[in-house]
Amino acid sequence: MDAVFVLTVDLLAASALLTVVRIVRGPTVLDRIVALDVLVTLIVTAVAVGIARHDTGSSVPLLLVLTLLGFIGSITAAHLVEEREDMR
Amino acid sequence: MRAALDVLSAVLLLTGAAFCVLTAVGVLRFPDPVCRLHAAAKAQTLGVLLILGGTACQVSAHHIVSLALVAVFQLATVPVVGQVVGRTAYRTGAVHRESLVADELEARLAEDERGG
Repeated sequence: MDAVFVLTVDLLAASALLTVVRIVRGPTVLDRIVALDVLVTLIVTAVAVGIARHDTGSSVPLLLVLTLLGFIGSITAAHLVEEREDMR
Repeated sequence: MRAALDVLSAVLLLTGAAFCVLTAVGVLRFPDPVCRLHAAAKAQTLGVLLILGGTACQVSAHHIVSLALVAVFQLATVPVVGQVVGRTAYRTGAVHRESLVADELEARLAEDERGG
């Protein structure tokens, strides 16, 4: 069962790396917003795998906070891009 | 029973991780911010739901309610982010309008401008 957890976290790390490449390369700010939202969700999945591995309930609230924080951050950043010309 | 749960959570976790990798590849390879939104919204949500399902099989029963709440939040928030980012992409010109097959927003925007 440990091999499954290790493999899952490896896959998540690989996708996080690809997402960071999009954050660096993304021509427009919106690409970065989308990629950062994916990154936050990947962190949520990594924490979920951590919960499954150690069977601890202590970090479940962290999942809730991260999900909502990522959502609010993306909405605010998109609103900022729309309002301010220099942020395009 | 325990072995069955282990196998089920292994399958769910690995499929979810595979979908997360597909999301990252999609976000990296698609040409347009709105196309990347497709990958980010759909495949990512499925990846998260599968991994949360895999976690729910491993964890004791009373945590499953909060994991289900995380899944519901995820399902509720991703479409809103997609809508807002898509609209912003359209308005800030990040979308090549001539490449669109159907474009209903242009008429609405013109109408909004005329409406004052």
